[in-house]
Amino acid sequence: MSDPVAGPHIRPPLSLPALMGQVVLATAPATLFSVWLYGWPAFNLLLITLATALAAEALCLRASGRSVRTNLGDGSAFVAGWILAMSLPPWAPWWIGVTGGLLAVIVGKGIFGGTGQNLFNPAMVARVGLLIAFPVEMTRWVEPAPLGSSEAPGFLEGLRVTFTGAADWDAISSATTLDATRAATQEGEPVMSGLPGDYEPIAALLGFTPGSLAEGSALLLALGGLYLIVRRVIPWEIPLVLLGTLALLSSIGHLLNPERYTDASVHLLSGSSLLAAFFIATDPTTSPATRAGRAVFAAGCAAVIWVVRTYGGYPEATAFAVLLMNAATPLIDHWIRPRVYGRTRRGLALPTEQEPR
Amino acid sequence: MLLNRPRLIRGGVRTEARKQPTADCPLEPVRPRGRLYLSLGQHIGRPALPVVTPGEPVARGQRIGRADGALSAHVHAPTSGRVAAITRHVAPHPSGLPVLTVVIEADGAGRWEDDLPEPFTGAAGQLPPRVIAERVADAGIVGLGGAAFPAAVKLDPEQPVTTLILNGGECEPYLTCDDRLMRERAAGLIDGAGLIAHALGAARIAVGIEDNKREAIHAVRHAAEKLDPRVEVTPVPSLWPQGSEKHLIYALTGREVPAGARAGDIGVVVHNVGTAYAVHRAIRHGHPLISRPVTVGGGAVAEPGNFEVPLGLPFQELLEHAGGLTEAPERVLAGGPMMGPVVSLEAAVAKGTNGVIALTADEVREAREHPCIRCGQCVDACPMGLMPFEIANRAARDDLDGAAAHGLMDCLTCGSCAYVCPAGRPLVQLMHYARGQRAEQAAAAERADLQRRLAEQRAERQRREAERKRAKAAARKQQRQTPASDGGKAPAQGQEASSDKQPSKDSADAPKTSATTNEEPPS
Repeated sequence: MSDPVAGPHIRPPLSLPALMGQVVLATAPATLFSVWLYGWPAFNLLLITLATALAAEALCLRASGRSVRTNLGDGSAFVAGWILAMSLPPWAPWWIGVTGGLLAVIVGKGIFGGTGQNLFNPAMVARVGLLIAFPVEMTRWVEPAPLGSSEAPGFLEGLRVTFTGAADWDAISSATTLDATRAATQEGEPVMSGLPGDYEPIAALLGFTPGSLAEGSALLLALGGLYLIVRRVIPWEIPLVLLGTLALLSSIGHLLNPERYTDASVHLLSGSSLLAAFFIATDPTTSPATRAGRAVFAAGCAAVIWVVRTYGGYPEATAFAVLLMNAATPLIDHWIRPRVYGRTRRGLALPTEQEPR
Repeated sequence: MLLNRPRLIRGGVRTEARKQPTADCPLEPVRPRGRLYLSLGQHIGRPALPVVTPGEPVARGQRIGRADGALSAHVHAPTSGRVAAITRHVAPHPSGLPVLTVVIEADGAGRWEDDLPEPFTGAAGQLPPRVIAERVADAGIVGLGGAAFPAAVKLDPEQPVTTLILNGGECEPYLTCDDRLMRERAAGLIDGAGLIAHALGAARIAVGIEDNKREAIHAVRHAAEKLDPRVEVTPVPSLWPQGSEKHLIYALTGREVPAGARAGDIGVVVHNVGTAYAVHRAIRHGHPLISRPVTVGGGAVAEPGNFEVPLGLPFQELLEHAGGLTEAPERVLAGGPMMGPVVSLEAAVAKGTNGVIALTADEVREAREHPCIRCGQCVDACPMGLMPFEIANRAARDDLDGAAAHGLMDCLTCGSCAYVCPAGRPLVQLMHYARGQRAEQAAAAERADLQRRLAEQRAERQRREAERKRAKAAARKQQRQTPASDGGKAPAQGQEASSDKQPSKDSADAPKTSATTNEEPPS
């Protein structure tokens, strides 16, 4: 049965699939750059993860009795798979992509009731699940070897890396910036000196540092994020407050004790800070619905990221931070609401005698 | 002065204005021809009562319907002719339900009624306020912004009024008839404002006009400077729903109408600019409300424009005045596309009709419905500070108390939320649905309560009756035991007893009554 017709009878040309399309478009430059940087294995991993996510979504839709044809196209599963692939180690084997795709869509979204019903960010559920279950594969980073360069594997070699693993991991694996700072902290050395000799903010900005599939290129991620803000696809509060809080906390630490705490550039440009700020924490379903709520949410994410990176057992923390704050979202939405016109903050009617506001 | 800087309202949406095709079309008078269908329910409140009979000749401006009750309004003949019928005709309402309608066959002469009220030419201050309200009521004037609330009721305030606000917001896309009225009839508008302000005793007169109507602002300012320097003209942001009474009050006074209260409670009265002009016509010319400005627009209309339309003109004929339709419209609306209801082409122009908009399928651009993703765009857009998705999601699963707790009754149903919703959720429909369900529940609860009270009252009545009978029987017994009393009293007592029985006969099931009757000892 169709709904009864009511106003508004005109709408701007904005729809859910179009929103999801914009997100993919905005992340495409960073992703494609990384595919170029890490070669065929990265391409294979992206494709496998996306295909698994879509298949899992079709399965969930069928199981819940909804039309696969009309709902698969809403793009939410595609985006979940895409974001997950971006946060995986680029040379991860095929079964990491498959397991991750299934975890993201089925555990992260499907069992909650599908699009719009999930409490946790699906991609981050999968990432954390994989990190705990397969710590070795999930922390095996490789040096960038751009397509066409002599070190880059060819297409067949890429298939072999994806499906049977690399011949000699020791020869190609490398540590990320955050791994290095953590190791230095554990050994009691000055943290900035623990950075790899070639650490340069410029390299991190461009993405030529080891990292997950597409979290590397800070510049391209930031450009994509700004595009989404301009197009009003994502709210500006989350990236601004998240990155601002992270910069503030790390700067305070670094000022107080530069030997122990890394500076803001390391925190902002390394790991998945930018990916989280623009594309993960901004997931509409799992973030608060009010401006003020979103600011609280983003500040919380940043605080958790900084604390775990600085004091915690894992070098990288964005996934944990986002999931933790996802859990707090219903509470934030319960407590932080806009004031209703004609009412006080507590919901009582305003007095008739009032000063102009 | 700070008063001339409007406050920015919360939320709202910047819709595509789509006013260009008609904004430059002057109001073109439409001559009544053929049949006019004058609904007797063109206002909120009870329909007027017909005071003419079929076959009777009528003159232009003659009263044909008498107001029935406080929130009702008179209806007048827009032209001279003959009453062809008094029948039921489809109303300009989404239900399409018929309302009692006086059908007038126009004779084309346009002969005015002889005993129209005498035009008043003196200064507004010379008329007693009560007379202004009476003459506005006699002229059948209602709010012309669309709400169709009888204007005279708003001229007779319960609280002292300090501020009169004229609403020149016209924030609905497509509509430009108020814009044209302000440009072309600014002097009459300012005069009407002065009359209303005098009736209210309001010291401040503020006109709020959206800043996309430069020429209207200029025209009204110019007229105000010449005629009534008290009138402040304030441009307000072009934003939906800036023309909402509550939001215009906030923009111009910085004060909010408390929840559950009316504008009058904070000393403010808002009238549409068209209403002010109609008041001017009624008092300066003695003319009742028999025509109004209407915008005819939308992509399916050949020559969109603005018209001064006699009330009762069927939409179909009005569209022909605008060159007819170029294609079958997807929807025809009475009013603008944000809140205007879908109507039948057979329905006729009423006092609250500010536009007839025929939209093509391209313009409607119906969104496919997806699940709510909680993105919060509706929260940012809501001018009332509500969280629409929270209300709608509760309404969708019939959690009416939850919906009410999240502000269902504060909602204006302005549709800002639905306009921005990327998932195409039927938010406005869900609000209407939840309100309807709640009203029904409240009515059912009231009925149940009434039934319970009646049952209790009946039981109480029966108990009292039984007691009385028992007491009487006891008295009689006592009487028999004392034979000294006079015999004349006994039949009177019997009569009393039988009349006492009367109420218990009403109740169908009265086992208790019969039981007590049985207990009654035979006399």
